[in-house]
Amino acid sequence: MLSRTAGNLYWVGRYIERADFLSRLIEATLRLASLPQSHGGATNAWESALAAAWMTKAYKDRGLVVDEAGVIAFLTIDPANPSSIRRCVEAARANARAVRTALTLEAWEAINGAWLEMQKFGTRLVDREALATLLETVKAAMQSFDGAAHRTMLRGDAYWFIRLGSAIERADNTARVLDVKYHLLLPRGETVGGSLDYFQWTTILRTVSALTAYRWVYRESVKPWLVADLLILNSQIPRSLASCYGDVLRYLDLLANAAGGRRGPAHRLASAEHARLRGLRIDTIFTNGLHEFLGKFIAGNNRLGEAIAEQYLF
Amino acid sequence: MPPRGFKGFSSGHRRDNVTAHRLRPATAIAAVTGRATAAPPPVAQRSRSPRRPLPSARDSPNKAYRQTACTPPLHCTLCGNVKSSGDVLAKTAAFDEMFGHAAAGDGNVRDAYRAIRDWLDASPHALMETRKAQAELFFRRIGITFAVYGDPDAAERLIPFDIVPRILHRAEWTTLEAGLRQRVGALNSFLADIYGPREILRAGLLPEALVLQNPGFCLPMIGHRPAHDIWCHIAGIDLVRTDAHEFYVLEDNARTPSGVSYMLENREVMLKLVPELFHAVKVAPVEIYPEALLETLQSVSPNVGTAPVVVLMTPGQHNSAFYEHSFLADKLGIELVEGSDLAVKDDVVYMRTTQGPQRVDVIYRRLDDAYLDPLCFRPDSTLGVPGLMAAYAAGNVTICNAPGTGVADDKAIYSYMPEIIEFYTGEKPILNNVPTWRCREPEALGYVLDHLAELVIKEVDGSGGYGMLVGPHAPAATIAAFAAKLRAHPEKFIAQPTLALSTCPTLCDSGIAPRHVDLRPFVLTGSAGITIVPGGLTRVALDPGSLVVNSSQGGGTKDTWVVDD
Repeated sequence: MLSRTAGNLYWVGRYIERADFLSRLIEATLRLASLPQSHGGATNAWESALAAAWMTKAYKDRGLVVDEAGVIAFLTIDPANPSSIRRCVEAARANARAVRTALTLEAWEAINGAWLEMQKFGTRLVDREALATLLETVKAAMQSFDGAAHRTMLRGDAYWFIRLGSAIERADNTARVLDVKYHLLLPRGETVGGSLDYFQWTTILRTVSALTAYRWVYRESVKPWLVADLLILNSQIPRSLASCYGDVLRYLDLLANAAGGRRGPAHRLASAEHARLRGLRIDTIFTNGLHEFLGKFIAGNNRLGEAIAEQYLF
Repeated sequence: MPPRGFKGFSSGHRRDNVTAHRLRPATAIAAVTGRATAAPPPVAQRSRSPRRPLPSARDSPNKAYRQTACTPPLHCTLCGNVKSSGDVLAKTAAFDEMFGHAAAGDGNVRDAYRAIRDWLDASPHALMETRKAQAELFFRRIGITFAVYGDPDAAERLIPFDIVPRILHRAEWTTLEAGLRQRVGALNSFLADIYGPREILRAGLLPEALVLQNPGFCLPMIGHRPAHDIWCHIAGIDLVRTDAHEFYVLEDNARTPSGVSYMLENREVMLKLVPELFHAVKVAPVEIYPEALLETLQSVSPNVGTAPVVVLMTPGQHNSAFYEHSFLADKLGIELVEGSDLAVKDDVVYMRTTQGPQRVDVIYRRLDDAYLDPLCFRPDSTLGVPGLMAAYAAGNVTICNAPGTGVADDKAIYSYMPEIIEFYTGEKPILNNVPTWRCREPEALGYVLDHLAELVIKEVDGSGGYGMLVGPHAPAATIAAFAAKLRAHPEKFIAQPTLALSTCPTLCDSGIAPRHVDLRPFVLTGSAGITIVPGGLTRVALDPGSLVVNSSQGGGTKDTWVVDD
């Protein structure tokens, strides 16, 4: 496969995942911001949404006030924000269009359809209903891309590069949302687990569609360290870091095997991280500092992304 | 926390304006000569089921058709006193593909169109509109778009598709096919000759300067012999029709003709939308084109003994025909490469893949000569591959079409095509040329300047309907300005009479109405000979009376059916 094609497919995977994540983040934040303060409704909900999307600086650089309407517009349809949902969908489509031949018609239609839908919203959201439609549309389109890719694409390097991009981006997103919430919710020295925290933590679980899964796994009330355990170490949850790295390793393996078994630096980085996650216990992570752990993980994940690009000559 | 990874994809990605590449859909403004005495010629008789009774005017979508078709489009008939090589010209209405020259209302339908007429009669306007909308949705969803240069709003536009097919009877097609074979065969011999022994120049058939100083003449190709001596592997010949038996070649596209994806997709859409029509009419299939193209390309690989690696080279996704490039690469199952994906080492071309460099044998390139290799042609271009021409000269790779074929679709050379065909084949041309005045000749220039308002003036190396004057449509000021250009550089222009292009029933807002059409069949030349898929791209001018069918100028397309009895 052409290196440029591989690079474009990898980024299709990443942008699709990012658009999906942003939609979920906004939905969960809407829920949080609409709660009364006595039930954990946080006034800083939108601030933390910006932080989780890693866009606080970009937002504040524009001199905008952090309020619901502003942040939502910025994260969803702002054509000037290179990381808005709109721009993610556009970037995914541009990358897909450049390698149109590597995708099946169904997979291309899903991306192109999302892009066409996106054009209909213009550059302003008129009301909450328009927002809800937009978020649903994006989530549905991204899932339909995943489904179309899964059902129609040849199991070969094109498919694996898309999935590889998805897994790397997903790990990044999960780590970020966990880190930001942890930081905001648990200032040093405060005890964990008050009732106020409940809604805040369930927000995280909602963002990654894992609230029900949590109950099935732990069968007890929502506790921060268990949420962290679930999202970092539980390999049954598709968005956990352990699960994402299992995927990364699997797709790297498949790519390497198809190329005659040669394994490069990206492979070594991924296996090391995967092994580390498997050997860790949540107590150890908390003892050494969750924030420090996540910071390191995100940096390592970025390094892996670069190593993949280098190894496959994107 | 470290910042997140990001890959920008600005609209300027991998493209610089200097090197932006223009699509070359051939122009088809037509020029029109109607042959005067146009009694509808007899059509082949065949047995058929009794005609269905005509529906009443009220529910017939053909009502509008009948009314408009009776009125000859005004500007197709302006050729009354045009002097042209022996043609007798007169004011006649355009030939209609469905009704011939007959008044449309009298029920005379040409045989090939009977099933279509029945279908049109049976389909209420609303149903036709629905089908049209479905077709558009289909095109939009699969992303068949077309970019128009210099129009940001139209960055990705659909080419309008008309759901009334254009029909050619098998007998008509057989003649056309023979003519196309003859013409493209001669084109290849001509190219091999002028870059080789130059016998045609020694015979004095056409002026040496016209060939050797032609902007399309490619100096590095002198003395080069491509694999199997084939130069123009893929040609698109633009034909227009003026009468039942009268087809003219309007242009030869010997560089990188586009539009074949529309030929294929239009058929797909028609099969989806009106499957019942394909039961009533036996239509020759076009879907073998990708296979024929792949075989053609593989057959000219310079490296025998290994399975040839063929790639399609595109200027990138900002090129107006990018959809077609990706479509063809997909159908052929070959890599779609940009210049930056290729590299030359020791005169061998490789593509950069995730598993290291892979050797390339044949490049089906869809960019102009000037951008192929910055070391050989334009040094400022980033679209090409440094060293590509050296690898080509060394015989390690085949470029399709060969560089330098542009000289064969120059419009001044075009005017000599009848002589060229006779010189190489020893036969009379089967397909007519449109009478052409070469403005480089003083006598012709004088005539053209006197008759600007009646003629179509084209740049000899122009394409896509850009930079030409349609005399009958142009305001006086434009004509005056053009006359000045013409006097300054007469050698850059040719002139043709305005031809009465045939019309074909087309779905319009008011119902079914006649619109002018042309036809571009695609001719493939490989080591085993010439292949022509029965059909081609029919382009249609959507404005009433308009003769401009170029997609860059708002023209649409139709499916083209070659039907058997």
